[in-house]
Amino acid sequence: MITTTGYKIFRFTALALIVAMLVLPIVWMVLAAFKTNVDIYDAAKTVIFTPTMENFGKVFAQGNFGQYIFNSALIAVAATGLSMVLGVPAAFAMSRFVMNKSALVVLMARVIPGVSLLVPWYYLFSQMRLVGTYWVLILSHMFVALPLIVYIMMGFFDGLPVELEESGQVDGLTPIGSFWHLMLPLSTPGMATAGILAFIFSWNNFMFALVLSSSSTKTLPVAIYDFIGYAAIDWGALMAASTVVTVPIMVIALFTQKYIVSGLTAGATKG
Amino acid sequence: MTSVTLSGGPRPQSAYSRWANRHRRWLFAAPAMVFIALLIIFPIIWTLWLSLTDASGSVRAEASFIGIDNYVTVLTDTTRFWPAVGRTALFTGVVLFFEMIFGLGIALLLWRPFRGEKWVRVAILLPLVATPVAVGMMWRLIFDPTIGPVNKILGVVGIPPQPWLAGELTALPTTMFMDIWQWTPMVALIILAGLTSLSDEPFEAARVDGASAWQTFRYITLPMLSSTLIVALMLRGIDALKTFDILLAAKGKGGGSFNEVETLNLYGYGLSFDYNEYGLSSTVLILFFIIIVASIFLLTRKREEAAK
Repeated sequence: MITTTGYKIFRFTALALIVAMLVLPIVWMVLAAFKTNVDIYDAAKTVIFTPTMENFGKVFAQGNFGQYIFNSALIAVAATGLSMVLGVPAAFAMSRFVMNKSALVVLMARVIPGVSLLVPWYYLFSQMRLVGTYWVLILSHMFVALPLIVYIMMGFFDGLPVELEESGQVDGLTPIGSFWHLMLPLSTPGMATAGILAFIFSWNNFMFALVLSSSSTKTLPVAIYDFIGYAAIDWGALMAASTVVTVPIMVIALFTQKYIVSGLTAGATKG
Repeated sequence: MTSVTLSGGPRPQSAYSRWANRHRRWLFAAPAMVFIALLIIFPIIWTLWLSLTDASGSVRAEASFIGIDNYVTVLTDTTRFWPAVGRTALFTGVVLFFEMIFGLGIALLLWRPFRGEKWVRVAILLPLVATPVAVGMMWRLIFDPTIGPVNKILGVVGIPPQPWLAGELTALPTTMFMDIWQWTPMVALIILAGLTSLSDEPFEAARVDGASAWQTFRYITLPMLSSTLIVALMLRGIDALKTFDILLAAKGKGGGSFNEVETLNLYGYGLSFDYNEYGLSSTVLILFFIIIVASIFLLTRKREEAAK
């Protein structure tokens, strides 16, 4: 490979530009969250300004944001957990018995535009008096999480040798027992990957909660969207709200980097 | 053989566990499949039915069967429907083009180890995990005509302020830019995974033969990478066609006439939940669905051809 000085300089410059392009907008958002609305307008106070917590105070006072954080976390955790319970055994069976057509059914959920499901869901769930409850939001977020988990776990189980499971059975485990006692413990890294990604996608999901939540079960993305009224925008508060939803998920991502990358690229190299 | 020792030899199995083991494949797979199928099949059938009725006003209101009238209305609608089809195609085509080019470029830059690699990877991960609605809000501030930094920076070089997200000609390109910002890293990661899985031998052979960097890229890297590129194209293609969060967040309530960035997804959503025209919106969504399935079919064919 070319490792000339010229290429090194080119690579350094290019990567520096890319990093700046990706990071600076986020920095801008976070900085604005700590500025007064007057300072946001002031070009001279781009970086040097007196930080204020006023925006965050406003967000939590007027928007009932604590509740929305709780809602988002509860729904994402429940949807991820339940999807794991359904998805991991399904992925195992689909990988082990090469059930490609069945896998396709689950993956259909990735393909169908969510909008085309919203009207029927809204009708169905309002007949069942479920609209606005946590249950309907957990169900709809499972619809996002489950295909992701099946997809990632199928790839993971494909990589575990069948012999391992058979040797467990030689030693007296039933097939279901060997799944439970052998395959599950071995697939912990895969489950971490699938679980973290499912959590992130559920946390970030906007469309389903936009229609199916009520004012008390609203999730964070919907709460932020509701922040923009028809009148003038309170930029400081809006950026504070955006920071509140984005920063926690970024911190989680930083600590679980390895898992996220392997999950996002699952299946990419097998072609 | 193995070191797993359990309470000596095969244990007698109950009739239940024998049954469970024999039917294990469906016992394991069925719950997930039933869950997904229930949430998909009923809605699709119902949407298909609604598209043949004049349902409007409320989802519970009486609706009468009107045959293919809605399809005629929608397919002859050149003010909202066809422009929305065009925008969807344009949006998807443009963002895919740039995301693939930039993604490939970034992946190639990251391919061979270097100092500070970890930090670049962190930066690449940030847009991917950021909440799309918040990303939309963030760019709304940055592109704001009066207080956004974009116009201020352009002002320094003497370019007059532009109404980025509100301008008839600038709104769609601006939202494309936002999508490219958020999802190029995804393409880069997928391609990087493909690159790292390539074996070294062809590259060494090329170096021994004195191939230039461009020749190596054109005749070795690209062909070996083609299946990865198609995977990336498919995954991003499906999502780009369905883009919703960023578009709605960037324009949002009171964000002008809204039509400059109205894709099929937003048009269908608006018809359902702003105008309560369920019959018409179902028609749009069924047509949208057909477009998506057709595009995936085409891409899968391409992928199989490439695999040969």
